[in-house]
Amino acid sequence: MLETALTLTINGDRLSLDNISPTLTLLEYLRQSGRIGTKEGCADGDCGACTIVVVGEGADGGWQYQAMNSCLIPLGAMAGRQLITVEGVAQGGLHPVQAKMVELGGSQCGYCTPGFIMSMFASYYDGQRDDLAVEGNLCRCTGYLPIRRALQSLQPVDAEDPWQARLAQTDADGLPALDYQGQGQRFYRPTQLSQVLALMADHPEATLVAGATDLGLELTHRRQQYPVLISLEAVEELHGIQPAATEVTIGAAVPLSQIKATLHGVFPALDEMLHWFAARQVRNRATLGGNLGTASPIGDLPPVLLALDATVTLASTAGQRTVAIADFFTGYRQTLRQPDEVIVSITIPKTLAPGATRRLSQSYKVGKRGTDDISIVAATFTLDLDEHNTIVLARLAYGGVAATPVRAIAIETALIGQPWTAETVQAVKSPLHNAFTPLSDLRASAGYRRQLVANLFEKFFYESASLRSTS
Amino acid sequence: MGKGIGTSHSHESAIGHVTGQAIYTDDQRRLAGMLHLWPVQAPHAHARIVRMDVAAAAAVAGVITTVTAADITGVNNIGSIVADEELLPIDRVSYWGQAVAWVVGETEEAARLGALQVEIEYEPLEPLLDLAEAIAQHSFHGGTQTVQRGDPITALAQAETRLRGEVTMGGQDHFYLETHASWVIPAPDGSYQVYAGTQHPTETQAAIAHILDIPRSHVVVTCLRMGGGFGGKETQANLMAAAAAIAAQKTGRPVRVRLNRQQDMTMTGKRHSFLAQYQVGFTHEGMITAVDVDLFADGGWSTDLSPLVVQAAVLRIDNAYYVPDFAVRGRVVKTHKVSNTAFRGFGSPQGVFVMEEIVERVAHTLGLPPDQVRERNFYRGSGETNTTPYGQEVRDNRIQRIWDELKTTANFEVRQGEVAQFNATHPHRKRGLSICPIKFGISFTSQTPNQAGALILIYLDGSIQLNHGGTEMGQGLHTKMLQVAARALGVKLSRFRIMPTSTDKVPNTSATAASSGSDLNGQAVKDACDGIKARLSPVAARMLDLYAPEELVFADDWVYCAGQPDCRVSFDAVVQEAYNRRVSLSATGYYRTPNIYFDKETGQGRPFYYFVYSAAVSEVEVDGFTGTFKLRRVDIVHDVGESLNPLVDRGQIEGAFTQGMGWLTMEELVWAADGRPLVTAPSTYKIPTISEIPEQFNVHLLTRASQDGTIYGSKAVGEPPLLLAFSVRQALRAAAIAFGETDWVPLASPATPEAILHAIESAKSAASVSVKSD
Ligand SMILES: Cc1cc2nc3c(=O)[nH]c(=O)nc-3n(C[C@H](O)[C@H](O)[C@H](O)COP(=O)(O)OP(=O)(O)OC[C@H]3O[C@@H](n4cnc5c(N)ncnc54)[C@H](O)[C@@H]3O)c2cc1C
Ligand code: FES
Ligand code: FES
Repeated sequence: MLETALTLTINGDRLSLDNISPTLTLLEYLRQSGRIGTKEGCADGDCGACTIVVVGEGADGGWQYQAMNSCLIPLGAMAGRQLITVEGVAQGGLHPVQAKMVELGGSQCGYCTPGFIMSMFASYYDGQRDDLAVEGNLCRCTGYLPIRRALQSLQPVDAEDPWQARLAQTDADGLPALDYQGQGQRFYRPTQLSQVLALMADHPEATLVAGATDLGLELTHRRQQYPVLISLEAVEELHGIQPAATEVTIGAAVPLSQIKATLHGVFPALDEMLHWFAARQVRNRATLGGNLGTASPIGDLPPVLLALDATVTLASTAGQRTVAIADFFTGYRQTLRQPDEVIVSITIPKTLAPGATRRLSQSYKVGKRGTDDISIVAATFTLDLDEHNTIVLARLAYGGVAATPVRAIAIETALIGQPWTAETVQAVKSPLHNAFTPLSDLRASAGYRRQLVANLFEKFFYESASLRSTS
Repeated sequence: MGKGIGTSHSHESAIGHVTGQAIYTDDQRRLAGMLHLWPVQAPHAHARIVRMDVAAAAAVAGVITTVTAADITGVNNIGSIVADEELLPIDRVSYWGQAVAWVVGETEEAARLGALQVEIEYEPLEPLLDLAEAIAQHSFHGGTQTVQRGDPITALAQAETRLRGEVTMGGQDHFYLETHASWVIPAPDGSYQVYAGTQHPTETQAAIAHILDIPRSHVVVTCLRMGGGFGGKETQANLMAAAAAIAAQKTGRPVRVRLNRQQDMTMTGKRHSFLAQYQVGFTHEGMITAVDVDLFADGGWSTDLSPLVVQAAVLRIDNAYYVPDFAVRGRVVKTHKVSNTAFRGFGSPQGVFVMEEIVERVAHTLGLPPDQVRERNFYRGSGETNTTPYGQEVRDNRIQRIWDELKTTANFEVRQGEVAQFNATHPHRKRGLSICPIKFGISFTSQTPNQAGALILIYLDGSIQLNHGGTEMGQGLHTKMLQVAARALGVKLSRFRIMPTSTDKVPNTSATAASSGSDLNGQAVKDACDGIKARLSPVAARMLDLYAPEELVFADDWVYCAGQPDCRVSFDAVVQEAYNRRVSLSATGYYRTPNIYFDKETGQGRPFYYFVYSAAVSEVEVDGFTGTFKLRRVDIVHDVGESLNPLVDRGQIEGAFTQGMGWLTMEELVWAADGRPLVTAPSTYKIPTISEIPEQFNVHLLTRASQDGTIYGSKAVGEPPLLLAFSVRQALRAAAIAFGETDWVPLASPATPEAILHAIESAKSAASVSVKSD
């Protein structure tokens, strides 16, 4: 069924909006409509003050409360969804997460608190009671200790809990298709790939949007206008994760948090990178397709995909094609993707190189701050070894050191046939140091980046003894 | 019994915080006809304004007008202590991002679009951006401030060992979660009601009166609450409030302004970065005999509070250490950057940074454990060895007591051994353990602001409004003031409503700053309550047929005879009876801190009412490949006197420590070569998240710690614990040193992973060459 009105449910109130721009951010809408409990700390996706909860599909297909940053969400993307804001959490009395925060001194100035409450609300129901629940929320006052105490002292969810019951009652329909127009802006949300391609043909000026964690910044910071947006969130072919014996195919529009949950343990290097990728609110929205679509040289997932020899499947009205990730990035923020193409899926092979008996693969990310920071350098290494500990295949992939995500191909070649020993690592350290000519910027100097290119590989060696190898 | 005092009462607005019902300035219901401001920001750090044309902005739909310097009816200056800060520039911009004009629109979007249309022609001038270069060019705000004891130059010449060094440390953005916001509502009679996120409503009131050329009586400034301040809203709020006031005067309509994060980070001042040059003389045992220091603070383009910041640095640099011959000189450097301002600690962290660097270097140079060198140099005994360079005795010195207690609770000695063991067996990871003491003098260093007022209004149903001059920014001041009032009046806390801070309730207030909020306002609140009690006592005495009202006790909502608790009347009945007998039920309260003075000329005096003492142990683990680290454990013993509210005090300690840790390890301000700030959002400016906080973080409040002459024996807590984060920096250095066999490595501040890796590399390469003296 095609909806032409922007309907959504906020704190149980079903609203039907018209004559409102679909590219207004959800945060702007909430505050303009008097729901001022939700705060703006940055409009950048980085502080979590704007966190709200959306009822969304979990990795297991069931409904979940998911925390998201409302500052980055175009209102159109919320059509057909159920939202909870801080105003809706207390029903009768304080919610357990609110009561604990009050009791334990979890708020000082209180400006970050609504965002923390919403992150904690989501984690209360999905059982995440550790720091990860609120890693995407900044607090400048408390030093987080009382918030941690509040999280840790939460009891298991009560059997009578009304919110839990409500989740169970949520109907199972997926997101409806949408064709909405407001304030001269058009927002499409097709459900089939063929519809996406037809819309792109009809509207060459249209922009694709998935989780909008990159595009949202264009809206809030650069006030970029998008007369036509085509959302990929409801497109069937872009969803789903297909694990097969020899490879895994991931839909381009699957949120990263779903990938994290579904593929946990399959690719250690992907697990590790997803752990360091932004924070929960962003991972609940961001997609692999978007990470490739932006083609940022500091994107964190390209090194993982490069080191695992992934392939990318693209579709246009002319048909589908599959390209090697190694060929995908062609220049600064440029890729093989043609303007009329959609990234459909990414496939990661699980097979070792011929002759190899085990694989070591791990990711590293260095930022100024460990958590939720943009990489200074990100790296993923894959080594396939035979039973004599000889290197059969090597992949050293980096982000942040060149105009595109890159592999150190010369080093990889030099490593083939070598034993996996400290001497081998020492021998390539100096060439690795000079493998790229990174830039200096506000995050770090070129010199530090060069050091990291070499040191991370050495770190990989020393830690590989304790890494779980896959075979 | 003292209801409330010493209990862990939750923040008075906690329920409002967690439900989203607590209202901040820009959350208020929008007024009919309200206009919105958007700044036009200069794209140069230093330039002459050749021409400005606002006509094109006016052509944008929804733009009402543009405010420029020409619209100012009063004096175009908001300088806090020196009149050198134009609100709007006339012919010259002095920092990148300076607001040159403000466009006024029916909507924020209209104002923003209008601002894009304002045409300004600039003639770029050479900006002065580098601190060292500005010093070389003698670019200063004001003169040198000096504190000296003895003759350090001679003492240095005679010292067994000498070292000389230079350190720089970066500044810090406040990053309060709520950016600046102000609303100005004009009334037909020419008066203005202002709502502003300001730590200093009186100064905001004065700035607006000055800019509009109207009496202060015609400006009421109200601060509902702030989403964090940390000093960043002490003077900085005046810029936005005054701009909105001009627009309100010009249009006759209510005007709101709220900065987005980029505007806030580019337009408002930060913690000063400092450059320091030092010489130190010491014995082979690590006794420091002489210190000579020059401090240079990057004040930015205007004076703002910088001389006071430098004064605080000069007065608190000694930290916990007695140095017989000591000289410190401080100066404010003028650069083409945003004007730096108050930030929690107010120059003191930068001063103590230098002293701690000196002590560390002495210890490492001698190969002595830094904790031993620290301890040897503590203020101690009586007389000269327990007297600061500015001549104030360190009364009630608790440094050693805290030190010993912390070493025990943190299991320091055992862990030193464990760290050494770990380091011996881990070539690629090293741990560092450090203990650091803090002594922090409390009071505004200039005498005048050490005063406060309060107003208490009792209504006939027994409900009470409490007003005081302090503002609430999350530090729990209002909560503590309610506790003080409830104790002083002997009534339940629930009777009180704390009122938003407003200049029409308590006039001529001081900034809520210098950790002094509770000390000063608490005494004023108590004074107001005592005043009311003095009036109610005779009324109650008559009701109880007593002749000696001084024997009455106010407690638990009752008034009763001291020796005879069942001879009592309810507080409500006394209030009603007082009214019937025509006794006033409102009272003001007032307080000024006694016995403090400081002579700037001689650098001598007793500037501090008392000292706060504290110490912290931090343990880190550093990765030798990347320079990244993990803070493993923190232990703190902190002296808050007799805590008014342990929950609030603990929150201040934990929060301040974390903020200090951010300053010293990850928060890095970066500018382009042309003076454009490159770090303008949390995507590029990293403050700590929960993941940087160690699993083990133990805070102990010092017991048996009551302080004489303060409100219920309590002590200030806001700023001192920020300095405890030096223990993290020193632990990082210790770990870096452990990678080599050197005795000392320089470590940049903030100690980012890059800076730490650099220190590790120097430790490794300098392994054989030891640092030379002098
Ligand atoms: C706070 C914050 C933290 C972040 N942290 C990280 C991090 O740690 N590491 C990192 O790598 N990135 C990070 N990012 C960037 C961003 O989250 C990622 O790039 C994310 O993967 C983008 O996915 P998205 O679905 O939100 O993309 P969108 O914003 O929806 O789209 C991004 C671009 O890709 C295009 N696009 C999207 N999907 C497709 C498709 N299927 N086919 C063709 N084109 C498509 C869009 O047209 C758009 O141009 C962060 C962003 C924020 C706001
Ligand atoms: S406002 Fe900061 S994350 Fe949305
Ligand atoms: S309580 Fe102030 S930012 Fe968290």
